[in-house]
Amino acid sequence: MRILLDNFSKSFGSTKVIENMKLEVGSGEMLALLGPSGCGKSTTLFAVCGIHRPTGGRILFGDRDVTDLPSQMRNVGVVFQSYALYPHMTVAENIGFPLKVKGVNAADIRKEVERISGLVQIGNLMERRPAQLSGGQQQRVALARALIRKPDVLLLDEPLANLDAKLRLEMRSEIRRIQRETGITAILVTHDQVEAMSMCDRIAIMKEGEIVQIATPADMYSDPRTAFVAGFLGNPPITFLRGVMKDGTFAMPESEIRVPVSIQAAEGTKLTLGVRPEHFNPAGDIAVSGKVTFAETQGRENLYDVRLAGGSLLRSIQPVRNDITVGDEVRWAIDSKGVFVFDEEGRRL
Amino acid sequence: MAERSQPSANYRNWPVLTALTIVSLPLLLMYVYLFLDTVTVKQPDALLPSGLTLNHWRFLWQTTAGKANIWQVTVNTLLFSTCTTSLVLIVSSMAGYVLSRLNVPARGFFLAGVMVLHAFPSVTLIIAIFIVLQMIGLYNSLIGVILVKAAIDLPLGIWLMKGFYDTVPWEIEMAGVVDGASRFRVWRSLVLPQVKPGIMALGLFSFLAGWGEFILPQVLAPGNQVQVLSVYLAGFLADDNNYDFNMFKAVGLFYLIPVLIAYALFNKYLMNIYGGGSKG
Repeated sequence: MRILLDNFSKSFGSTKVIENMKLEVGSGEMLALLGPSGCGKSTTLFAVCGIHRPTGGRILFGDRDVTDLPSQMRNVGVVFQSYALYPHMTVAENIGFPLKVKGVNAADIRKEVERISGLVQIGNLMERRPAQLSGGQQQRVALARALIRKPDVLLLDEPLANLDAKLRLEMRSEIRRIQRETGITAILVTHDQVEAMSMCDRIAIMKEGEIVQIATPADMYSDPRTAFVAGFLGNPPITFLRGVMKDGTFAMPESEIRVPVSIQAAEGTKLTLGVRPEHFNPAGDIAVSGKVTFAETQGRENLYDVRLAGGSLLRSIQPVRNDITVGDEVRWAIDSKGVFVFDEEGRRL
Repeated sequence: MAERSQPSANYRNWPVLTALTIVSLPLLLMYVYLFLDTVTVKQPDALLPSGLTLNHWRFLWQTTAGKANIWQVTVNTLLFSTCTTSLVLIVSSMAGYVLSRLNVPARGFFLAGVMVLHAFPSVTLIIAIFIVLQMIGLYNSLIGVILVKAAIDLPLGIWLMKGFYDTVPWEIEMAGVVDGASRFRVWRSLVLPQVKPGIMALGLFSFLAGWGEFILPQVLAPGNQVQVLSVYLAGFLADDNNYDFNMFKAVGLFYLIPVLIAYALFNKYLMNIYGGGSKG
């Protein structure tokens, strides 16, 4: 079902968290709300599920206006960061609770619980209590409980934050698989760009209560609208060089570096150049000298920090090589076609 | 919660045990003699008893003229304790939840007010309560004294339950609401089970407090028909004409038995009350 936030605003007392947000999630789409903590992404999520009442604007599920409906009437499924399983109930009772509240008879509940637990693959755990489950299993139970009512929208609040690295990888694809199989509309709240990029159809990046950009993960990575977005996506993260516009090129005042940029700007305009690590290596076209201050091997690739003469930092990721160590002077090159130019306020030019 | 801490290997046990034994021995001796004196005959100056008898327990099967019947009194005491406990549990478990979770107006005022009420010793209020009860016609009735006792125990109960509710994660309630349950249903079937240790502790505490209460029933319900055990027991001391110390001891022992049983069965819940409601 399509979810629409229309001029949604939320403030707590005099603190305005979100103002006039517009967000549309297509039917069957999985959208990530990505942003640093305190940016209002969880507030948005809680407003969609009805725990927070919006201070302004409308929330629509399909064509139904649910702005003033209490949570109980909204038909949403939520997976909380802590899973919020009911400790005194067995797994089967936990999953069946939403149906029990609805007054569905016991036999039908049992049938539904069986079906949904097959989907999330926990059929053998039905009589256990939450405390007897591993983190990944608890996560699956929480998912099953959220899905059993066939909700209009599935809301996931940092669902992977409490899992260890290996389980996180596994549950990432599991959640995506279950979302695809059920065809449910889903909103994922996360501060982890890897989760957002790998699980979702589209990403909405939030900053201080505003959506900065909405795009597919690939588009957002290759075409960030602001320096904030560019800095948020990508691991290892992008590095920024500061300079000015000079003769149609980006020039750094304290060094000889000149990067041709295809933008219109007055001479002397202050600019920021964003260079992703994969666009700084021996193969580029704008040579830059510097000293390696940090080297890290990640198995398949090596990661280097290079300090330039003026003190700026560039990061490089390259296939494993053993000839460079910390302290070496290197002369690598920036790939001028892969750089992003931002103005002083961080807007992409 | 009920875990026993492992003895540390850093010090020896016997000095501690010796010291504790020396301090507790007189107490233990007194309990032993309390028991012995109720079933034996002994000359006043003798150390050891000279024969067995059940005569001191005769209050169980014969009622002294002018005194209340022991079984009637026991039933009264049970009624008094259980009714007080039920009242305290029902009101505290709801009021504690409201003060802990709901956005009620003047919440701070209520919390502080309840605390202030708790600070009043019941004795200071007793004359006023006496007058009130007499005016509304509940003087010398079990209902009256039950209401008063429950009211006096409530502040502690409410605060205690609030403390237990405070430890229940908000997410459980949010999940319940999102799952479609009404706020009452969330409280009843999701939150209440999380504070069961608190309910058990408060229930036992309140039962024991009711069982041991003396001043309130003595002043507000002294009549034979509504007498409770503590008042009955005190009657032996007040009676100057035919006092029987051994029977007094037997009644005391009789009075003690339910407390011992309750404590033996439920002491791990009682320990909980001082845990501040943290769940183990």
